[in-house]
Amino acid sequence: MTGLATGLRTRAWRSLPGDAGRAALGRRRPPAGLLALGLLAGLAAALPAIYLVVLLAGSLDTAAETIFDSRTVGLTVRTVGLTVAVTATAVAIGLPLAWLTSRTDLPGRRLWATLTALPLVIPSYIGAYVFVSALGPSGLLADVLGADRIPSIYGFPGAWLVLSLFTYPLVLLSARAALSRLDPALEDAARSMGRSRREVFRTVILPQLIPAIGAGALLVALYVISDFGAVSIMRFDSFTREIYITWQSSFDRTSAAALGLLLVIGVLILLAVYSWIRGSLRYYRTGPGAGRPASIVPLGRWRWPAIGFCSLITLVALVLPVGVLIYWAVQGLGAGIDAGELVGNAWHSLVAGTGAALLAALFAIVIAVLAVRFPSPVTALVERLGYVGYALPGIVVALALVFFGTRVALPLYQTLGMLVFALTIHYLPLAVGSVSSSLLQVPPRFEEAARGMGRGPLEVFRTITTPLVAGGIAAGAALVFLHAVKELPATLLLAPIGFETLATDIWRQTSLGFFEGSAVPSLVLLIVAAPPLWWLTGRGEPRP
Amino acid sequence: MIHHNRKGSEATMHSTTSHLRPLLAALLVAIAALAVAACGSDESGDGEETADLGSGEALTVYSGRSEELVAPVIEDFGGEVEVRYGDSAPLAATIIEEGDNSPADAFFSQDGGALGALSAEGRLEKLPKRILDQVPPQFRAKDGTWVGVTGRARIIAYGPEVDESELPDSPLELTEPEWEGRVGWAPSNASFQAYVTALRVTEGEDVAREWLEDMVANGVQTYDSNTPIRDAIANGEIDVGLINHYYVAQAAAEEPDYPVSIHYPPEGLGALINVAGIGVLSSSGDKAEALRFVEYLLSEPAQQFFVEETKEYPLVKGLDADPSLPPIEEIPAPEIDLAQIADLEGTLELLRETGAL
Repeated sequence: MTGLATGLRTRAWRSLPGDAGRAALGRRRPPAGLLALGLLAGLAAALPAIYLVVLLAGSLDTAAETIFDSRTVGLTVRTVGLTVAVTATAVAIGLPLAWLTSRTDLPGRRLWATLTALPLVIPSYIGAYVFVSALGPSGLLADVLGADRIPSIYGFPGAWLVLSLFTYPLVLLSARAALSRLDPALEDAARSMGRSRREVFRTVILPQLIPAIGAGALLVALYVISDFGAVSIMRFDSFTREIYITWQSSFDRTSAAALGLLLVIGVLILLAVYSWIRGSLRYYRTGPGAGRPASIVPLGRWRWPAIGFCSLITLVALVLPVGVLIYWAVQGLGAGIDAGELVGNAWHSLVAGTGAALLAALFAIVIAVLAVRFPSPVTALVERLGYVGYALPGIVVALALVFFGTRVALPLYQTLGMLVFALTIHYLPLAVGSVSSSLLQVPPRFEEAARGMGRGPLEVFRTITTPLVAGGIAAGAALVFLHAVKELPATLLLAPIGFETLATDIWRQTSLGFFEGSAVPSLVLLIVAAPPLWWLTGRGEPRP
Repeated sequence: MIHHNRKGSEATMHSTTSHLRPLLAALLVAIAALAVAACGSDESGDGEETADLGSGEALTVYSGRSEELVAPVIEDFGGEVEVRYGDSAPLAATIIEEGDNSPADAFFSQDGGALGALSAEGRLEKLPKRILDQVPPQFRAKDGTWVGVTGRARIIAYGPEVDESELPDSPLELTEPEWEGRVGWAPSNASFQAYVTALRVTEGEDVAREWLEDMVANGVQTYDSNTPIRDAIANGEIDVGLINHYYVAQAAAEEPDYPVSIHYPPEGLGALINVAGIGVLSSSGDKAEALRFVEYLLSEPAQQFFVEETKEYPLVKGLDADPSLPPIEEIPAPEIDLAQIADLEGTLELLRETGAL
């Protein structure tokens, strides 16, 4: 297992420019068919950005007015502040958990791994709602304390808390996968030369983990930038909230689009900075290393604080929200549960989520093969465009597809295919990162050898490459699935009429003010998402 | 090194493929299921498409009003209707983006603002006089592109601790010291924002700003929406709240001794009436059927359903409100053009600046 790309997106970043691992491959021209497919995938991913440009093209004055408005500066500062704070917190929680659950003798570490990864599945709007009802002005905590006024959770503290608690699993999964891929021989060598475990972690393990931490952190940052659920319930004025409000309150498409395009530019800058840092690190491995699991660190008396830490995080990020949901579900039982409808909705979520996972995997393979095997400015651009859809608010992605769907693909508009397509381009980077990192670990000489023996390129890809990157493809698909099942704005606007999912059911119940009713579909959502998550966390396990 | 390399990777390949086999099998099953589901949806997709072409098969309505409310009404319409549910504003934005290819025939909105946006984009058909005439002019578009279906009044809801003689004549009086910490509001709620917009338009920006600032200074309690405000009054957390009339009327219908009552403040726009309305799209392939649907919503049975189910006010002339409520003519509602209360953005800015939102 060690040699394979177990990881989440660690290595996506290898394929960004400036990377030493790829430069060695030299420049080759991709087959025309593959390049055409790649450009098509890139174009699809770029649709939301193209849509914003189309909206702006007609009224540059209004756009300039919005961009140079003094409010925009404040918005940018607040959004960057929240993004930095959440990302740092997510790393501070996710990294220790990754190490504890993969490299120590923590009792029940496989279970802790899944439990601490599960908060990823809780939609941020549900999480935020739970925290408001627990810690809000007239919430549970105020009741228990009997206090008239407790410090307000609204604004920055609430948004920071909720987003940190529900995004740190992205760092956890990424770091955990990377830990399992590290060459234990390096650690053993350092230990044998008399370094303490602490020194080994700091000087040998941590530097090798930085790409994985960075990849996870990048996804956290992009998630924070695109999130609407948490910031709207917590009433924190971020870029996304402003885009939504501008759209909703005045139907001012130009101002909203100008803000959206600013967001895209900001994200492209972030990606450029990231790949520059990533490229300057130059960590890569020349061989598969020792084919054995890494040694396990005995925690000794640190076992109890470690269990305490895992328990605390699980308690706040999983038990508290799920507990509140169960409490609501019980309260709402009187209204009855339509089991048939629930199963139908769960099936729809499953179908749309699986469709998006498969299509994203397909797109990701094309983009990753291009970016990794045929590096050039064009293929790098295609890869980066994939990240734009992830960083934009869901409503922008949805409206972009409404715009193009009705103009270019009318027969497909508001069909299941359209919904799957929308979810795919929204969550594409989750899959691209995973696939391209796996691919980077497959030496091209395997493929070259097979070609040399007379096999065709497609056959080589099928028989040699695919089995070697299957783990990365599946991991990417699983991550896309986990996100797609909880997506709301695109599902509401693009699904076929009457196609209710768990997420739209939750929306319907909460918009009626019936929070008890939203608890049951929320819990079912957790159940639907648990198996892929269990599998994902299992991948970080050293195999016997 | 090469030798070592290859050996390692082969071993890995083997372990990975065997590890992945169940997963791949599951994926295959999923693909098959998806294909089946996609075929199924294609069929329904075809049906939709023919409807769009105006064969009269099914009418497509985008509804910002909830399924709980709309679905039962449609049952008695006597024609096939497909409804896409969502929040009013994103649905209006969707119709604007869809342009002339919009599958929607009609848009049933929770408020006049979203309809006004469509009208401004030229997306709504002018309704015939026979429809417009059924509803008083203050509850429909000036240009005749949409018509109100039901109305909801802003009110002051109050609990048993408040004596009727204490009740203020206007929400503007709730900034007095006697109300400190006793009032609830929901600044993120659309009806509340419509009220503030109306206040800005009629009384001026300064009056609205001062009121918001004084309310915040007076310790007003903030809630997410109307229902929790009503419940907070019922359990004694606060004494009065600024909400819509039907939240109280609905609860009172379920529970005879309900502790919350309705007060229609005669001044300060306190009893402003907002409407839910409907418009027909100019791109509709079946305008005749869409108009028939509009007329149906204004018919007595449909209006009666809304009255009974939601306790909203019927807007069609000559129809009576729920017996527990005063007739709409007796409500001291301010005379205001609903189309005028469109500048929500300015309101949101004001709410933020004053710390209300």
